[in-house]
Formats: sequence, C-alpha cells, structure tokens
Amino acid sequence: MKFLTRSASALIAVATLSAAGPGSAVPAKPDDKTVLHVLNRIGFGARPGDVARVREMGLAKYIDEQLAPERMPDAAMDARLAGFDTLSLNSRRIAQDYYVPAQMARRQAQQANAKKDPAVETDPPKEARTPEQMEMARKQREVLVELTSQKILRAAYSDRQLQEVMTDFWFNHFNVFAGKGPTQQYLTEYERDVIRPRALGKFRDLLGATAKSPAMLFYLDNWQSVDPEAGERMAARRANAQRRFGMMLPPRRNPNAPQPPKQPQKRGLNENYGRELMELHTLGVDGGYTQQDVVNVARAFTGWTIEEPRQGGGFRFEPRFHDDGEKIVLGHKIKAGGEQSDGEQVLDILAKHPSTAKFIATKLARRFVSDTPPPALVDRAADKFRETDGNIREVVRTIVTSPEFFAAEAYRAKVKTPFEFVVSAIRATGADVVDAAPLAQAIRQLGMPLYMCQPPTGYADRADAWVNTGALLNRMNFALQLVSGRNRAVRPGDGAVSAALGGDISDATAATIAKATEPAQIAALTLGSPEFQRR
Amino acid sequence: MFSRRVFVKNGGLALLSLGFAPAFLARTVEAAGAARRKVLITIFQRGAVDGLNMVVPFGEKEYYAARPSIAVPTPNVADGAVDLDGFFGLHPRLAPLKPLWDARQLAIVHASGSPDGTRSHFDAQDYMESGTPGVKSTQDGWLNRYLHAREHANATPFRAVALAPQLPRMLQGVEPALALSQLGQFGIRAGQATDMVQASFESEYAAAADAVLHRTGGQAFDAVRMLKSADPSKYQPENGAEYPRSAYGEALRQIAQLVKADVGLEIAFAEAGGWDTHVNQGSSVGQLAQRLADFGQGIAALARDLGDRMEDVVILTMSEFGRAVAENGNRGTDHGHGNAMFIVGGQTVRGGKVYGRWPGLAREQRYDGRDLAVTTDFRSVFNEVVRRHLGVDDTRAIFPGFTNSQSLGFIG
Repeated sequence: MKFLTRSASALIAVATLSAAGPGSAVPAKPDDKTVLHVLNRIGFGARPGDVARVREMGLAKYIDEQLAPERMPDAAMDARLAGFDTLSLNSRRIAQDYYVPAQMARRQAQQANAKKDPAVETDPPKEARTPEQMEMARKQREVLVELTSQKILRAAYSDRQLQEVMTDFWFNHFNVFAGKGPTQQYLTEYERDVIRPRALGKFRDLLGATAKSPAMLFYLDNWQSVDPEAGERMAARRANAQRRFGMMLPPRRNPNAPQPPKQPQKRGLNENYGRELMELHTLGVDGGYTQQDVVNVARAFTGWTIEEPRQGGGFRFEPRFHDDGEKIVLGHKIKAGGEQSDGEQVLDILAKHPSTAKFIATKLARRFVSDTPPPALVDRAADKFRETDGNIREVVRTIVTSPEFFAAEAYRAKVKTPFEFVVSAIRATGADVVDAAPLAQAIRQLGMPLYMCQPPTGYADRADAWVNTGALLNRMNFALQLVSGRNRAVRPGDGAVSAALGGDISDATAATIAKATEPAQIAALTLGSPEFQRR
Repeated sequence: MFSRRVFVKNGGLALLSLGFAPAFLARTVEAAGAARRKVLITIFQRGAVDGLNMVVPFGEKEYYAARPSIAVPTPNVADGAVDLDGFFGLHPRLAPLKPLWDARQLAIVHASGSPDGTRSHFDAQDYMESGTPGVKSTQDGWLNRYLHAREHANATPFRAVALAPQLPRMLQGVEPALALSQLGQFGIRAGQATDMVQASFESEYAAAADAVLHRTGGQAFDAVRMLKSADPSKYQPENGAEYPRSAYGEALRQIAQLVKADVGLEIAFAEAGGWDTHVNQGSSVGQLAQRLADFGQGIAALARDLGDRMEDVVILTMSEFGRAVAENGNRGTDHGHGNAMFIVGGQTVRGGKVYGRWPGLAREQRYDGRDLAVTTDFRSVFNEVVRRHLGVDDTRAIFPGFTNSQSLGFIG
C-alpha cells in the first residue's frame, strides 16, 4: 500500500512536469493571438516567423522547452557575444585589469590637479587628464557597456527567452546598483554566476548565493557590519594573553582581512542588509517581522564580508567581526556559537516562511499575468512554492499554464517596461543590432537605466510607473529612430512588423497605418502604437 | 468630470487647428489676471536626508555626544554651523539659504515626520507621497487629490509637472500630470515628416480603446503644442541666479522656466537623491556636505531667479524620514525617524523661525531610544501649505483620516 501511494505520487509529479499535464490550461490548438501572448510573456515578443513556428511545434512543447533552458543549445547567441572580452572574466581580473588602473589614473590626475589648486576637492575636469588617463577611464566604462549590451542582445536574440526573462526578474528582485562604489566590478559575475544559472532553480539556493555575493554584500553594506563588541573583545583577548604569557603580542591581523580604514574608527552593526533581506528579498514588508528581528538578523550576518573589496575579492567569513551570541529570529532560536551558520540558519528560516512563498508567488504572477494578479492563482503558486521547497521552475510552470494566464483579462494586460519595449521592437522588426550601446542609452532615456536602479526595491512592475506623457512621446521617438535607417547601431529588418501585433489592432490604428506609404513609417506607427506598448 | 475635460481639450484643439494657437494661452493669462494662481514647488530628498546635520541643533550636548566623528561644529568654530537662532544652525554648505532666512522668506519645521514608525525607504516614501501614513491601499498621491479638489476649466497640460523621468507617486491619480526631464526634447522628432507623423500617432492614441494610453497620449500631444508656443529654448535665468550643474539644478531651472512661461503651472515637482549616508557621511565636508551644497544652491538660485514671482510661490522640501541620532559603526547614520522640512516663499511666509516643538535628543527623549522623535505630523505641514497658500478650506478629501492637524503658523 505504501509502495503504491508513493508510485502514484511519483506519477503525478512526472505529469506536472509537462505543460500539457493535468491542471494545464495550455490550448492544444491556439490562435495567433494566444501564441503571441505566450511569446510576449515568457519571452520578449515575437520575431518575424515566430508565431507560425511555435504553432507548428505546439504551445505546450514550446513552454516545456523554455522551462528547461539548460537543454537548449544557444550557439548563435554565444557567437554574437564572442567579441566581448569582459563577460567571461572573474571579478578579480575585472578589478585588476579594468578598475584598479583607472582608479590609479584618477588619483594621479587628482594629485596633479591638487598641486595646481589645493582648494578644489572635486574630480579634475576632463580636459586636465592625460590621454593615458582617459584611456584607463574608457576601459573601465567598457565593463558596464559590455554587460549592458549582452543583456539587451540576449533578450533580443537568445533562444532561451524565459531564462532571460527570469534573469531580468531576479536581478531586479535582488537589485544592486552599479553606481555604488565597487559594486560595479562585481556585476558581471553577479549576473552570470549568481543569478542566471539559478533563475529557474531553487529559491533557497538563489537566496544563499546572493547573500554571499560581493555585489550584494557591498551594495547593502553588510561587508562592514561588525559586532559592536568585537573590538573590545579582541582587546580583552590580547590583554589576557599578555597576562598569561607576560609579553606584548602584536595585534593579530589576518593578511587577507578587509583593508583597514585610513583612520582608526569604531565599527558596528549595520542593519541595511538585514532589513532589505526580509522586506524585499523574502517576507515582504507585511511579512510579519519586527525591528527586533531586523537587529537579530543583522547580528547573525556580522562577519559575512568581502576579501579585499576593492581588488575584486570574494566572500569571506570573518569570525572576529561576528556576534556569536544567541539570537531569536521570527520566533526561532539561533544558538550561540554558530559562527557562519547563523546566517545560513536565517536564510533557511526565511526561505521556508509562508510569507516568502506568498510574496514571491505574487511578484511572479504580477510579472507573468497582470498588475493585480488573481488571488486564487497567487495562492496556487504559493502552495506550489511550499510543496516543492521553493522550486522556481515549478512555480513558474504553475503560473504560465494556468487558466488565469490564458484568460481574456490577462491578454495585453501588462504595459511593457522600457527594456521590454525596446527589445520587443528589435525582435518585431527582425533588426540586426550592430552596437547595443545606443539602445542602452535609449532605454535610459525612457526612464530605466540598466543596472542603475538606485533603491533596493528594483524597478516597479506596474503600468502606472511607466505610463506618462513624456515617456510615451519618447517611445514614439524611439520607434521612429529605430526604423529610420539613420541609426548606425541598428540595421533595420525588412519592416515586416505586422506580426508584432498578431494582426490584432484597432480599426483606427489600422487606418492610420494604412495611410502611411513608406515602409519605415509603417513600422514606426506600428511600434509606437498603443497596442505595441502592451504585452 | 472626465467628459468635461475632454470637451475643453477638444475645444482647445479645434481652435488650434484653425490657427488660433495662442487661444489657450490667452485663457490662462486671463485666469491669471483675475486671481493670480498660486504655485507650489515640492522637492523630495529621496533616500532620507540626515536632518540633524542639515539643520543642526548645536545647542544640544547630546548631539555632539552621539556623533563624535560626524557632528557639525558649533557656529563659532571654523566651518561650523550657520547660526540661525542661537540653538539651531544650518549646515555650512547651506549658507546660500541664509539670506532667505534673514529676509524671513525661509521657515523650517524640525522634528517633523510620519506618525508611522517604518524605517523602510520604500514604505516611508510611499506614505509621504500618498499622504496616508500607515495605509498602503491608497491609490493616488496627495498632490493629485489637491488637483482634484481644485479642478477647474482653465487647467492646462502643464498644470502639474514633475521634472523627473517618472511621474512620482505624489502626482499619480485621476487628474492629469506631466513627467518630463528636458523641456527642449519634448515632442515628436521625425525631421520634415514631424507634423504628419505626429498627427498619425495622435489619431492612433485618440482612438485607442485602452483608457490609460488614450488619456496619456492625449495629454502628451496637448502639451507638445503648448510648449512649442511658449518657446522655452530662449530661456535665461534672471537676477544673476546660478543653478548647480546637476540633474536637480537643471530640474529647478526648468521649473522656473515653466513658471515664467505662464503655461498654467500650479504644482511642480523635483527630486534630489544621494542622502542614504550609511557609511562615511562626513561632517562639514564630505559626502553629505556635497549633496547639501547642491541642494541649497538650487533652492537659492530658484528663489533668486523667480524674483517678484516668489510672492505667488511656495517651495516645500521633504524627505521620507530622518536618520538615527547616534552615528553608526561606519561613521554614517542608519535609518531614523524625525526630520526637518524647509518652506520658502514670499511675504506670506513667516520665515526666520524654526517651527515645531523640539523634543530633545537625550536617550529618553528619543523615539525608540534612538531616533529624533516626531512632534509634527508631516501632514500638518502639507495641510497648512494647501490651506493657507493654495487656498483650499476643506482638506478632508486631500488628507483622508487626518483629523488632528496642528496649525503651525508658518504661512500668514
């Protein structure tokens, strides 16, 4: 009997691993609108020919394929990215080869400038820099330019569309800001090694990887959060040793410890990561934690720091910074003496908490279905999150095969973010992007500079954040520019953009477009139309 | 309500297409002549400015005890605070605001903030912008509710403008509001085909069944035409005003442009970031000092540039919460509670005074034993501006559920 039950549940488990399985609302014979809906939601929109291709292979099979990106070859994408030198480098190399030289050049220029005018405390003017110094600065910028370009190119051309959607989603969820100190030199590694490989994996695994990533440790200040008693404790230990051995011991210093500050300073607890970990990464702001929990979580993570943060070093646990006392977090006791495992225990508690399942399910449903996702769907997705121990792939599968996903209310319910708009326009026109940097600039002008979202909340995933008069005009202007042929960064496609709207356009839009005679204008009026602003 | 606005707009459009472009301008000038419209310029310091180093309580021993490395020195010391009243002083980099204080054009409300204790940037900004602290379900912002309460037939597309890439929460709601970063870039750019292409896009959006895009599209094209008539490209600041060369300074300069262009501006919004000083905040010099220099120069330039027009203008600054009284282990400050707000205006502002009850900084006087306590609800400050400057008597719909507003008296 026991055996039978187990095999029955195994059968169900296997069955739910297919988009065509029980509970799936994926239509067997979808119309073009439905296929386009799927392409718009689990990817960045349709390229010419995509709708027919997906209809041919079957919608369920397409969804399954997208849910298993690791099995999908993506050679054309790899070839397109082959010319970017920094994408495969680790943070050490990036820091040493790109950031440290630029920093030294800057310092030289500052010193030269200070000799001329000691009162000036700001950066020297650009024209005061030598060609070598300028070159160093350019090389440093290249890291972020390449990272930004690959994000746009992958979204536009990778066959692993869902993986890119999820990478974008999780980066935004675990947002870090390129403008904060050395965070920038860790971004390439952060997205490539922390986010992308886990984008459809286990949530706890992803959470743990972000917690240890130097990008996050720096951005939310945890790298320098220190038990306030640590200094006194070490002094006491030294005094004790002196008494016992009757000699002066030099203060012990780990040669790999984070660089000492220029002047002696008292360091202490920093709550920033502890708070955002609960508010934004796991429980949500109403997830049921208190200020005392924030303090105790921050205590648990003391000592989680970075080895040589300005040289691109990695994660390190520094016991001397750690508060090893007992902590109570959300009613769970974390015993004294746990060292690095304190932080891991906190992550376990948070990843298993029902508020986390609900919070993540809500955000995913908002991304894939609508700004106000149906509560019943959120509940089912949250249940799936708990049942599967936070298996993101299965939660996403639950959402994108649900009746709510295919419901009429969900169709074009989402306004595209500027990133989604620009990339979907590239895809719709079949354009060949020669240089993605101007596209990054366009996305910035539309209000969404990539990797440059300052607050830890990431960018909003709601229409009201993106629909305003100025941004709307900018979208129309981008459409005009993209198809004009004047933009050397993009070779326009054949202008066959009618597929972009799946033939589903209002009479007014159709009539307006019909009046235009030039193909470029037709394309611009399509990409700038109200219909194309939604997905 | 909605249909009436559409009618007015369509009327405007009809006139325009017949070649009477300045008609709507005449309308606003007329309206302005009858009773000059009041203007409110709001500045949001996003990221929680350290109010205790911005408006320094140098008369408090506790201030210096809690901040051994980041306190701003007393006024008698080199690079010390700029003395205001013998107890409070401005951060030395805010010295450009001192002439406004001396002319009684600058009032300060200290220890102001939210009745809600959140230390989350996101929530606290949300509450300050929705005007309903503690209530997350509020859909619109308090400035938009003000626009709604004072809805009128002469409203132009530039009635409420955020000089920002995104419309802030404070201006979101049923009333139209505009977000833009560059006045000069505002419009369709298609070379010689511009007029034709613009007309095509306009007809697409005019016919859109999608209510949100239909409305926003309509507003966009109205605004384009209006700005073109006002021709902001020739703008020169007056009275020797020098704006800081930052995005924030640029935003304030363009707000001055809009005020002077008489395009019907009533509510303007700008923001300045970089206040989240958890690490190495600095004191008289350093990180925060640089940000404050930008902030203060901007306000001083704006007031100078607007000159006599300041009689109809109030500039109001805010930040989501203050920072902890004691510095943290990284010579920075963590998220706190009470903060300081600036009000700058003309004769009606009773400046030269720090308003609000000062709660003190001793441990037992602090909020949660760590932060500056809030003795003035930020809504009392908003409410006074809305009532006394903008002239709305009944503000219950603008600040729902807010019944115990204090009258501070900073506007006569």
